[in-house]
Amino acid sequence: MTRAIDLAGVWKFYGDYAALRDVTLTVEQGDCCALLGRNGAGKTTLLRILAGLSSFERGRTHLFGSSPRQAHAAFLGHGIGVYEDLSARENLLFFGRLAEVPDPDRTAAEWLERVGLANASDMLVRQFSRGMRQRLALARTFLHLPKILLLDEPFTSLDDRAITMLSELIVESRRRGATIVLSTHQLREAMVIASHVALIENGRLRHAGERTETMLDDPGLLYRLHS
Amino acid sequence: MRDKLAIGLAAAAAGLLANNLYQMFMVLPDEALQGAIYRILFFHAPAAMVGMIGYFVALTFSVLYLTSKNLIHDSLAASIVEVSLVFSVVNLVTGSIWARIIWGIWWTWDYRLTSALVCVLIFFGYLVMRRAIDEPTQRARLSSALCIFGCVDVVIVWKSIEWFRNQHPGPVLDFRTGGGKMDPAYAHVFWMNFVAILLMATALVLVRTRQEATSREIDSLRRLAHTAA
Amino acid sequence: MKTVKHALLIARKDLAVELRTKESLNAAGAFSIVILLLFSFAFDPDPEQVKEIGGGLLWLVFAFAGALVFNRSFARELPNDCLDTLLASPLSPASLLTGKALANFVMLLAMELVSIVIFGIFFNVNWTRHIGELSLVFALGTWGISMLGAVFGALTVNLRLRELMLPIIIYPLLIPLLIAAIELTKLLLANQPPSPSDFLWAKILIVFDVVFTALAMMLADTILVN
Repeated sequence: MTRAIDLAGVWKFYGDYAALRDVTLTVEQGDCCALLGRNGAGKTTLLRILAGLSSFERGRTHLFGSSPRQAHAAFLGHGIGVYEDLSARENLLFFGRLAEVPDPDRTAAEWLERVGLANASDMLVRQFSRGMRQRLALARTFLHLPKILLLDEPFTSLDDRAITMLSELIVESRRRGATIVLSTHQLREAMVIASHVALIENGRLRHAGERTETMLDDPGLLYRLHS
Repeated sequence: MRDKLAIGLAAAAAGLLANNLYQMFMVLPDEALQGAIYRILFFHAPAAMVGMIGYFVALTFSVLYLTSKNLIHDSLAASIVEVSLVFSVVNLVTGSIWARIIWGIWWTWDYRLTSALVCVLIFFGYLVMRRAIDEPTQRARLSSALCIFGCVDVVIVWKSIEWFRNQHPGPVLDFRTGGGKMDPAYAHVFWMNFVAILLMATALVLVRTRQEATSREIDSLRRLAHTAA
Repeated sequence: MKTVKHALLIARKDLAVELRTKESLNAAGAFSIVILLLFSFAFDPDPEQVKEIGGGLLWLVFAFAGALVFNRSFARELPNDCLDTLLASPLSPASLLTGKALANFVMLLAMELVSIVIFGIFFNVNWTRHIGELSLVFALGTWGISMLGAVFGALTVNLRLRELMLPIIIYPLLIPLLIAAIELTKLLLANQPPSPSDFLWAKILIVFDVVFTALAMMLADTILVN
């Protein structure tokens, strides 16, 4: 069976500086891999390569056997990725059509309902509160039921309602067989939802493997072992 | 190794230039109709040719960078554009001086001068853009794209300005008085000076390429320091 | 087919936003009227002079006011990291560029229509005589500006001093297109019959559009993917 995510010997350079060094990582279909590491370790760089947003100089990267640019994994970065001057409904319609969902109008309506924005569907995003924007971003990311999800520090600056919503969406996605890679500083949340853990430090992969019970009890263990 | 080559080329250029200057001022007579100012041709036209050749050599290295992703190719492309730009400006200034002496005007919208000016503006934009990008890989990628667009445009610019001037005639910057080819004695010095300027340009390119490599090294160390901190 | 579909989606989205906010259109329209007004003071041309310089004036207006349109082209993708979201989607960089160029094209044409009406009123010029040919010249010239505007908008989107740099880079590159468009417009406004050499200008417009559109499609990935 083709692996969901297959990185082999990947190097990424900014000039002469190696942001990623010889990274080899595999993620099987249906797994949820928490990408851990300090700021500047290379987590975002790795996720951007998987999303097809960044190229790399050496190695190979495949998502279900395709190149990242062809695989079209769903990506939620630091920005919410929705347009301020469009309404919530217009945003979901646009991204739904881009992702070629079968019935964009119905899908948009269902997701607006799901994330609690049905009553604000025709409001412009610039009029939304922060919590409303976050929930719209989640709808935008998950609406086409992607096979691969790449989430860059998704829990950061989410309110409680959005955190609950995101956790539910992740669990649901895994249940339907989606593969998830998420980078996070929230160790506790990561250890609860992740099935696998990878630690990056100074561009190198220090650890990759299953999330154990010990890690669940002691989330900071990996950092201490590899520092 | 590269330093020795640069010094060698510079020395050869200097020697050749000295010989050419002697030929120009001590051996060759003044031109029949233009007088002494004719000698500016020996710098004006070779500077233009070296500049133009340089832009298309830079194009080659830009395309090479996009395939190889080797930053040396980008350094070479950028260095060549810089040096070519200098010689293009020399071309414009010497053309301007010639026009002032012969016609009493500092500038004429002669199609070659105008096209040369447009080329200078296009590649000045290239250098301006490079300065605005700190990250070396992004800078290399975007510069290569701009160089390709610029060089393709240069071809269209030359032809369109030439046709424009055919329809709207004006003074033409032509050094060949009385029609016909250049006298063989002049032609010999002309081509020797072209070689001297080409050698000088190559030496300058090697020096600039070294500076680019050092600057990249410093950038890389800075990033490493920030990450460690 | 997918490229065209996606490009149309992008163009529709940009035009929907622009119709709602009217940021670029208002600014470009107002700027074009100001330039025409200033021109009347700077040169105070008589009818014969207007025939001679009208083409040049119009295309300078289009080029400068147009900068206000294509400057926004990719800048509107920056808030909320929408550009990353688009590039991570099934949308190809070539589709994105084409869609942006299409949106620029429509907005620029709208601004040009307003400009030429005002120009006709201010300088008493009948521009409807050869409206078919004029529309073709406008369309060809505007496509070149739109496509280059989209390409260099994308190139400079994440750079310091983007608004300053875009005009410095793009105007020299547009010179062949502007010369050709100016010559043809001048001819049509003056109601002169074209000579064989005038068809050269039409060829330059077409060659410019074809060459730079092809180049943009080939280099779309290079320009947009880091």
